[in-house]
Amino acid sequence: MSLPLTAADLVGVDLAAADRDDATRQLIDLLAAAGRVTDAEGFHADVRAREAQMATGMPGGVGLPHARSEHVTVPSLAVGKLREPVDWGAPDGPARLVFLIAAPAGGDADHLQILAALARRLVHESFRQSLLDAPDAATVAEIVQREVVPS
Amino acid sequence: MKFVAVSSCPTGIAHTYMAAEALEQAGKAAGHEVHVETQGAAGSTPLDPAIIAAADGVIYAADLEVQAKDRFAGKPFVDVGVKKAVHDPNGVLAQAVAAVEAGVPAADAAAAGATPTAAGAPRPAVKVDPNAGVGTRIRQWLMTGVSYMIPFVAAGGILIALGFMIAQAAWPGNEGPVAVTAVPVQDLITSFSITSGQDWAVLLYQTGAAAFGFLVAVLSGFIAYAIADRPGLVPGFVGGAISVVIGAGFLGGLVTGFVGGFLALWISRWRVPKGVRGVMPVVVTPLLSSLITGFLMFVVIGRPIANVMDGLTNWLNGLSGSNLVLMGALLGAMMGFDLGGPINKVAYTFAVTGLATEGLTGDAVQYRIMAAVMAAGMVAPLAMALATVVRKGLFTHAERENGKAAWLLGLSFISEGAIPFAAADPWRVIVSSMVGSSVTGAITMAVGSGLRAPHGGIWVLPLISNPLGFLLAVAVGTVITAGVVVVLKGLRPSPLVEAEREADAAAAATTPAAAQPAVA
Repeated sequence: MSLPLTAADLVGVDLAAADRDDATRQLIDLLAAAGRVTDAEGFHADVRAREAQMATGMPGGVGLPHARSEHVTVPSLAVGKLREPVDWGAPDGPARLVFLIAAPAGGDADHLQILAALARRLVHESFRQSLLDAPDAATVAEIVQREVVPS
Repeated sequence: MKFVAVSSCPTGIAHTYMAAEALEQAGKAAGHEVHVETQGAAGSTPLDPAIIAAADGVIYAADLEVQAKDRFAGKPFVDVGVKKAVHDPNGVLAQAVAAVEAGVPAADAAAAGATPTAAGAPRPAVKVDPNAGVGTRIRQWLMTGVSYMIPFVAAGGILIALGFMIAQAAWPGNEGPVAVTAVPVQDLITSFSITSGQDWAVLLYQTGAAAFGFLVAVLSGFIAYAIADRPGLVPGFVGGAISVVIGAGFLGGLVTGFVGGFLALWISRWRVPKGVRGVMPVVVTPLLSSLITGFLMFVVIGRPIANVMDGLTNWLNGLSGSNLVLMGALLGAMMGFDLGGPINKVAYTFAVTGLATEGLTGDAVQYRIMAAVMAAGMVAPLAMALATVVRKGLFTHAERENGKAAWLLGLSFISEGAIPFAAADPWRVIVSSMVGSSVTGAITMAVGSGLRAPHGGIWVLPLISNPLGFLLAVAVGTVITAGVVVVLKGLRPSPLVEAEREADAAAAATTPAAAQPAVA
């Protein structure tokens, strides 16, 4: 059984972030601490590069920074709930929920399909709300594991 | 309304899928059917061609080049980029609805199959309604191939016939229609004289023969195209060409059309790594599907066909001396069976080989066999031409047009003139063709007509002994075949013909209204 996409130690429920880059970095540090990202600085650069192409703020107060990077060892999702929303470039307002997707450069199809399923779930408001309502990191990780199944 | 959409984004893991989900949800909420092909990193599953065909419009929510975009050609579309689809799926959908309501690009009329004439369309029309039943779809695939073949039959056949006519006048005696086919192409290239009737005859004949070289390939290629769209063209054409090489004729071409088409369709649906996807339609699909089709034709089908031809030839040779009228009926049926295919070729070659026998006298059996074979070979196209005149309601527009050319082709002993009819409706046409042709073969034998030329139709009438008997035999067979095909087709009218008739009626009904726009 491969490592699950996310876990309680990849979730920050009450992050205080100054801006988009800061929030991203805090989530990257979670991934690096869990050994899923080998080079936090390198991966951050990859995410910044992707963000520069087109901001990843999504409707409904979601930031979805992501990158496929050689510094990623296993497809992972870090989730952050921000104490104060920060601008993520979405037209409908700042982001309160941040999902950092880390995909290995040569990700295999199964993992990529889990990420695809996550992206699809994010469109649904009920999914976002359940994450916002979740009291702790373990609940967030549990909801993601339960709800995000490849179609 | 029904929409198909393509989503893609630079990384291929987030926006692609959010846009897809957003569009699908927005569609569901607004009562539209939306199918999205996510061309993302997780690999993309191509939309079912049937779904594409049924769609009213296309939404491109793609930041990357849309793969295989030609699948959607001719449909109204909106091109919004992936971000807009994520953030404002309802707005995108409304835009798409407006695009559909604003009207259909000119090309779409043909693609939708509503109009029988595809002239001027930027891409070949496929007259296939994806919602139809299997039987109807098979007929539509066949008709697509047939409708592209007909101009080749008409142009090539008429050129050959004209070549015979001019040759008849340009050569001394009555040798023209025979001599014209014996002039080497090299002579035409090196010494064409604009004032020489013989050279013109050769030019017309050779050009027509070149056009005829495409018949089976075009038939096969466009059947495959109707099934698999563009990826089907290569295996279809290649298979058709191989069918000619191994002597399998148009029936072989029907087989290769379906085989090549479904192979291409199957291969183009493989899920392949992203790096390979780009070369699939251009290299991999045509290469693999052609190879497999070639293997089937050369290795699997080629030998049985050759064996059947050898067996039939030996059998015919063993029959010499038996009842001539029966033999005429048998040869006639063979001529009428596959119109240039292996069975037809055995009968024809048997007759022509007989002509080469040394020291034949005036009424030799070999001459009578040749006459029976030629008379029988003229029946199918003439009968189809007759049938399209007496009961034109049983034939499609394309067939009726082909019927006009079929008169001249039949008179010139160009059996291929009937192939479009036989390819579109094999069983009924082949059965009726065999009945009439065998009657003609028998009568020709019975009246004792003989022929020294291997081809030429009525243009070699002066070389035929008892020409009136010969013409009578052809006429009787023609009437019989036309009668049988009219009865058989009348028993179960083709849905394609019905659909065309309804379209005609609708067009006739709307035309007067369109002439008076002020009323509305």
